[in-house]
Amino acid sequence: MDFEPKILGFLCNWCSYAGADLAGVSRMQYPPNIRVIRVMCSGRIDPQFIFEALRVGADGVIVLGCHLGDCHYLEGNYEAEKKFDMVKRFLKLINFDNRVRLDWVSASEGARYAQVITEFTDHIKALGPSPIGGDNPDKKILNNLKAIEDAASGDRMRALVGRERKITEQENVYGEQVDLEKFNKVFDSAIVEEYQRHRILVSLEEDTKSIKSLAAELEIDPSVVLEHIVCLKSRGQIDFGEFMGITPMFFKM
Amino acid sequence: MSEKKDKDVRVGVFVCSCGSNIGGLIDVKEVAEYAKSLPNVVFTQDNLYTCSETGLAQIKKGVTEHNLNRVVVASCTPRTHEPLFRETIKDVGLNEYLFQFVNIRDQCTWVHMKYPHEALEKAKEVIRMGVAKVSKLEALENIVVDATPTAMVIGGGVSGITSALSLANQGFETHLVEKDAQLGGKLNVLNKLFPTGQDASELLESLKERVKNNSNLTVYTSAKVTNIEGFVGNYEVEVQQNGKTTNLKIGVIVVAVGASLLTPTGKFGYDGKKRITQYELEEKLKNNDVKANNIVMIQCVGARNDERKYCSNVCCMSALKNALLIKEKNPDANITILFRDLYTPGTLYEEYYRRAREAGVIFLSYKLEKEPIVEENTIKVYNEYIGEEISVPYDLLVLSTPLIANDGNKELAQMLKVPLEENKFFLEAHVKLRPMDFATDGVFICGAAKWPVDITESITQGYAAAGRASTIISHDTIEVEGATSFLPDYNRDLCTGCEVCINVCPYKAISKNEDDEIVITQVLCKGCGVCGATCTNHAIIIRHFTDEQILSEIYAFGGS
Ligand code: FES
Repeated sequence: MDFEPKILGFLCNWCSYAGADLAGVSRMQYPPNIRVIRVMCSGRIDPQFIFEALRVGADGVIVLGCHLGDCHYLEGNYEAEKKFDMVKRFLKLINFDNRVRLDWVSASEGARYAQVITEFTDHIKALGPSPIGGDNPDKKILNNLKAIEDAASGDRMRALVGRERKITEQENVYGEQVDLEKFNKVFDSAIVEEYQRHRILVSLEEDTKSIKSLAAELEIDPSVVLEHIVCLKSRGQIDFGEFMGITPMFFKM
Repeated sequence: MSEKKDKDVRVGVFVCSCGSNIGGLIDVKEVAEYAKSLPNVVFTQDNLYTCSETGLAQIKKGVTEHNLNRVVVASCTPRTHEPLFRETIKDVGLNEYLFQFVNIRDQCTWVHMKYPHEALEKAKEVIRMGVAKVSKLEALENIVVDATPTAMVIGGGVSGITSALSLANQGFETHLVEKDAQLGGKLNVLNKLFPTGQDASELLESLKERVKNNSNLTVYTSAKVTNIEGFVGNYEVEVQQNGKTTNLKIGVIVVAVGASLLTPTGKFGYDGKKRITQYELEEKLKNNDVKANNIVMIQCVGARNDERKYCSNVCCMSALKNALLIKEKNPDANITILFRDLYTPGTLYEEYYRRAREAGVIFLSYKLEKEPIVEENTIKVYNEYIGEEISVPYDLLVLSTPLIANDGNKELAQMLKVPLEENKFFLEAHVKLRPMDFATDGVFICGAAKWPVDITESITQGYAAAGRASTIISHDTIEVEGATSFLPDYNRDLCTGCEVCINVCPYKAISKNEDDEIVITQVLCKGCGVCGATCTNHAIIIRHFTDEQILSEIYAFGGS
């Protein structure tokens, strides 16, 4: 049997959902794989929703909002774009970024809605089933996705993405505007750091572990693991318990 | 996420057949039967038309007989029918927010006609998601606020005056703010008006007369709105006039600031004397000061090009009108109109074109890529029909320039929290559904502030905006949606005071109080949910679209 992907769509009420209705009124046909969750604005889409959808087995997730400049709430879709961009950067780390898409469909674009959904469905079909969907999810990827979700939900990343537009488009508290390139650098290194740190946390959920075993398991250089461990400890997220010989064993708080 | 039932939640699911729109493709009985197996569902029913009298009665009966406290309707779309079903459950004592719409027609049977089996499965799944969400929904109260029965119209051109007069005549205390020393806007510039041929000054005088005699209307000339706070029914507006500040309590605001004239500096040798704009020609005509015998007009100067993509709407008609006026006085005048496209919609306007041709006005088309070349006394224009350049002598050159957005639009838009479109004109809430409204409640728009329009249209829109505005202030109170952003007390200690929510809120609904605590002003919030998705510590809750509610839909999508 052909692979029939499970696709979840988040549609904003004012444009995309209306566009989807118009596709119906005009009897435009598109593949029946998509399930829709209606939100008032694409800006409501918390990165967490997209990660959770993937974790429960979505083969693809699409977020649709009004065209830029047309958001019913003025700028919600600009915020959505920033958050989605972060989601993509995170998902790239586990090669999942091509399973998610952000696009704009206006209330008058019924045909475009049908086209976007058809294209996305075909795209996901070509990609094949999600390795974490179905009955036998790949444990390792699932853990990494959990680490990503936790990392993106932490206040460091949320503060960065929440301030991004202000910092890069207006100015920061010191009255200066940070250029995008500089911001992206900071952002990307934060993504990698937080991802690794949360992988450590996810791994420590199973058992207490030493730096060496964490390094081997997560395929990160031990000295880098040590740096993360120091940071996580100072955040009060981990601590070390007993020693195995002279090796400290860490556990998650 | 689990099969376990939420305590005391009793869901009823009503599946609509919509005649054969849904039932023709999928078996609604089977869908209803499936819904019965879902957690918390205690009653299901399929209806031929759930929105009919009978259908609504069945919902009411279901709620009372089975003690339902949550209702799901699976049918068409919430965008048209949610209000009806909400009203229905309200009638039998349920809170209107304890309702969830599931779309199995517009986004299911209508779009998967070749896949009845898949459509059936999809219907079941989206109902499963809807039931999961409704189980988590909470009762909400709409917020009721007092409305001050006063109106402000910003901009005293023909549209603004019309709107203000209409509001004042309905008995509302109305304040009209004009930046210039006198009322009238473009009516002060124009000579005669199409399609009536009436003198602009005559219309203006009669409007001024009516303004003067209206005791409900207060006019502020040479004045500027400098600050706007508050929300629908309760705006606090600061007006500066000759160094004097007036603070007014205003219920509704109409934006009627009009548009500006473009001076085509550096274009086609414009000098304001021999080469003038169409508006300067109006002035000359008014003063009986057109001596020239060879007149050339160039249309679309600075419009419909890369810089300004739009058509200014009024210039074709102005050119035709003025050409005819000149011809009336001086039938021997040679008038040539160089145009790219001529727009004269409707019978009245097309008549002008016909008459102009009859009067001997010459029309020559040109292309944007090959603009006319203006020399001292002749104009060279390439005509593609004969494939040659034509020389036209002139002693008066008239340039039809577009109306452009006012410089001050941005400042005013920010004060009102309303959007501008790409050309910096004001952008209405919806071009067809809410053409006179802004998305911000209690603020309305009319006239050329939105788009270049002629006098007739300005007047029509002035009345329309007044009509829309009065629907609000004709009531003592206003009800606003209860589905807003919310920082519950039990989440207070999660809030770190980082202020990111303040930055992202488009309505300035979030602020800090004297104790440095985050405060969300419910009436200002429109419920977009951006702050909830942004809050760095997940402290803010978006009512009716909470994390928990949306996640429950996601988990139901996943199959659990
Ligand atoms: S309302 Fe559609 S994106 Fe904001």
